[in-house]
Amino acid sequence: MILDGKCPSGQLPLKWDKHRQELKLVNPSNKRKYKIIVVGTGLAGASAAATLGELGYQVEAFCYQDSGRRAHSIAAQGGINAAKNYPNDGDNIYRLFYDTIKGGDFRAREANVYRLAAVSNQIIDQCVAQGVPFARDYAGYLENRSFGGAQVSRTFYARGQTGQQLLLGAYSALSRQIHAGSVKLYPRTEMLDLVIVNGEAKGITVRDLVSGEIRSHAADAVCLCTGGYSNVFYLSTNAMGSNTTAIYRAYKKGAYFANPCFTQIHPTCIPVTGDHQSKLTLMSESLRNDGRVWAPKKQGDTRHPSEIPEDERDYYLERKYPSFGNLAPRDISSRAAKEVCDEGRGVGPGNRGVYLDFGDAIKRFSKEKIQERYGNLFDMYKKITDEDAYEQPMRIYPAPHYTMGGLWVDYNLQSNIPGLFVLGEANFSDHGANRLGASALMQGLADGYFIIPYTIADYLARTKPGTASPEHSEFKKSKEDTENLTRRMLSINGRKTVNEFHRELGRIMWEHAGMARSEEGLKKALELIPQLKAEFSQNVKVTGTGTELNQELEKAGRVADFLEFAELFVLDAMQRKESCGGHFRTEYQMPDGEAKRDDENFRYVAAWEFRGEGKGPELHKEPLEFENVHLAVRSYK
Amino acid sequence: MNLALFVWRQKSPADSGGLQQYEARDISPDMSFLEMLDVVNEDLIKKGIEPIAFDHDCREGICGMCSQVINGTAHGPQEKTTVCQLHMRNFKDGDTIYIEPWRAKAFPVIKDLVVDRGALDRIIQSGGYVSVSTGGVPDANAILIPKADSDRAMDAAECIGCGACVAACPNGSAMLFVSAKVAHLALLPQGCVEAARRVCVMTETMMKEGFGNCSNHYECQAACPKGIKVSFIAKLNREFIKSLAKPSEAL
Ligand code: FES
Repeated sequence: MILDGKCPSGQLPLKWDKHRQELKLVNPSNKRKYKIIVVGTGLAGASAAATLGELGYQVEAFCYQDSGRRAHSIAAQGGINAAKNYPNDGDNIYRLFYDTIKGGDFRAREANVYRLAAVSNQIIDQCVAQGVPFARDYAGYLENRSFGGAQVSRTFYARGQTGQQLLLGAYSALSRQIHAGSVKLYPRTEMLDLVIVNGEAKGITVRDLVSGEIRSHAADAVCLCTGGYSNVFYLSTNAMGSNTTAIYRAYKKGAYFANPCFTQIHPTCIPVTGDHQSKLTLMSESLRNDGRVWAPKKQGDTRHPSEIPEDERDYYLERKYPSFGNLAPRDISSRAAKEVCDEGRGVGPGNRGVYLDFGDAIKRFSKEKIQERYGNLFDMYKKITDEDAYEQPMRIYPAPHYTMGGLWVDYNLQSNIPGLFVLGEANFSDHGANRLGASALMQGLADGYFIIPYTIADYLARTKPGTASPEHSEFKKSKEDTENLTRRMLSINGRKTVNEFHRELGRIMWEHAGMARSEEGLKKALELIPQLKAEFSQNVKVTGTGTELNQELEKAGRVADFLEFAELFVLDAMQRKESCGGHFRTEYQMPDGEAKRDDENFRYVAAWEFRGEGKGPELHKEPLEFENVHLAVRSYK
Repeated sequence: MNLALFVWRQKSPADSGGLQQYEARDISPDMSFLEMLDVVNEDLIKKGIEPIAFDHDCREGICGMCSQVINGTAHGPQEKTTVCQLHMRNFKDGDTIYIEPWRAKAFPVIKDLVVDRGALDRIIQSGGYVSVSTGGVPDANAILIPKADSDRAMDAAECIGCGACVAACPNGSAMLFVSAKVAHLALLPQGCVEAARRVCVMTETMMKEGFGNCSNHYECQAACPKGIKVSFIAKLNREFIKSLAKPSEAL
């Protein structure tokens, strides 16, 4: 089937305005009759729930953490983009749009990306009004910095904790609505199923993580804002609890999953130290503003970095991409680091690492200035590695960080299932095959504050409120299925722990579907994953019961879904016989090793439909039309 | 290295709970404290014993989810460090480590090391925000903010809401937490409009939720993983006194 993203017609800059004019509205006094479920309280979820509550809808919000303030958006460090052009350095909405679409290697919709760029400025205004303490200069104006893939300074930041401050802003707006009674928040509650009544999304089934109770919630529409699935790699920069369960179970209920293989491997993370490692820590990309990336020219050079003279260092990003240098986009920087290590020039334990050096910046500015800019990151680095990055270069290596793929949505952020909306990282919409730094926060908040309030109204205005009830047979069935699944998990009583399976899955995915993918490797993965999945269903050990706080049971459910989802991921990587953005197929590269995109055959969104257990999924395509930008070879040289 | 652990185990809120002894074997100094507990838990699961329940999520010191009292100190021995960022190189072979949950009247234990910190959320809900709705706000540069104020607001806004300050305080007070939010917003022009009302409702909710009062022990500052200073409590008190001067209908 050929999918339609339902982008409005007309000139690019006018599409959103024109579309808003055409969207139906819900009368203010009718709004309170509609109930909306919002799953997840990160930037997208909290901003959506708060804004919908302010408008007068009844909102029920859910998160698995103990508080709405802890979602993983909190960990974003570097910043948020906006086309304010405060520094007067040539920025505008079109440029932000163009950088984002080019950064995504021309695999996103023009109309969506333009809208994102257009609302970016409002986001900054909103956050400042909430009391987000962005960095300022001595005159009291907002400061900006540069990020990868851009030649202008358009990134707003709050020290190295921008995500935290933006999330606390959205959380405060959410808290205000909870106090007002328009939003009811269910913390420590995990969504385990989507309920569909007569083809429309009308509710969810959840597990209360404290009491273990499984119950259903009915509503008039459902918004999933549940983040990405980087933890399919086991080791990633995501929080331990980040998972694919909500969107994967929606997929199993008929929602299409788009571009699952588009994952971002972030170039600047602290390298792995050993098998005990449970997660990886990101060092913000903003460090590349002042840090220079290098590796020894010689293979197997084990000298201390300070003993390696200048002319024996290879500043490979500056060498290969002179116009962007250390600020080359993430996919390109990550791949370059891998190449260097593959050549045997890596540093640190296992030789999987390169240097990020602040020596020159400290000389040019001062230690104090660098401390002011990145102090908290240097401290964190010290805690983890016991090394002082003011004295010697940081060691970094790429790690899974963000997933561009997600549930398929149209221009209204509605999936192919009417009434199911997907926001933030959980959808696939704006970043194509690679996301630029400081764009995730922008997208999460754009979706929640400024897009969903308009588009969801159009759906609600066409539906009668309050038609769904947990007494409906579909709700009862969903509850039963979920209870059975939980019971089955507890009854296997095998010999391997959930973590062991997860780690094993991660190894398979990182090796065969990580930074470089080949037909052969992907085939291997397709052999290994089903075996592991089969073993899981026979041999996993989950202790405890279902009627209490049981963290092993929570993990088991998430890993079970990752095991199934991994297959879909690999299938998608296999069908995309081109290299683009974060998806690098070794068979498709230029003579100089750069990604070779194939616009003729692969200029589409791959959206997968679940067709039942034991049957392969069906691929639907949404062709991507580019009317405003010229499809160029993405060059940062 | 090998360690002896004494860990608080409590099945449910109703259970009286107690310390259990476990061994942690072959622990690498590069492991984080939680990775050490992962090792212990994997071992327990294999033996068919329920693993130790503890809260954690980001494991990079920012979400505020992890919460353990280690050898009597909230978040353990290293200054300005959450449990998840505490590394085993701070311990040595043969050490005995006591691990307990946050202890405070306002934080009932749910299971083992997991407590209910909902009271902190309820304090924020009562007024820890600027009452602005989405849309219709001025340009971000329309109101200038002196860098010093903005920086100081950020110092306060760095609070991760973990509750270590409460756990460390002999009175189980949440003054540091409340003062951080009150100060963060009162220092900014956007937040000062409602400052008087905010400080009143937030302190009132704090009292209602069963948190104790501040009697200047400063244990909170010592335990805070983000280095939030007790000077914000002084700011809170000032804001409170200022609010008394306002007629009550203005609040
Ligand atoms: S787990 Fe997030 S702060 Fe420790």
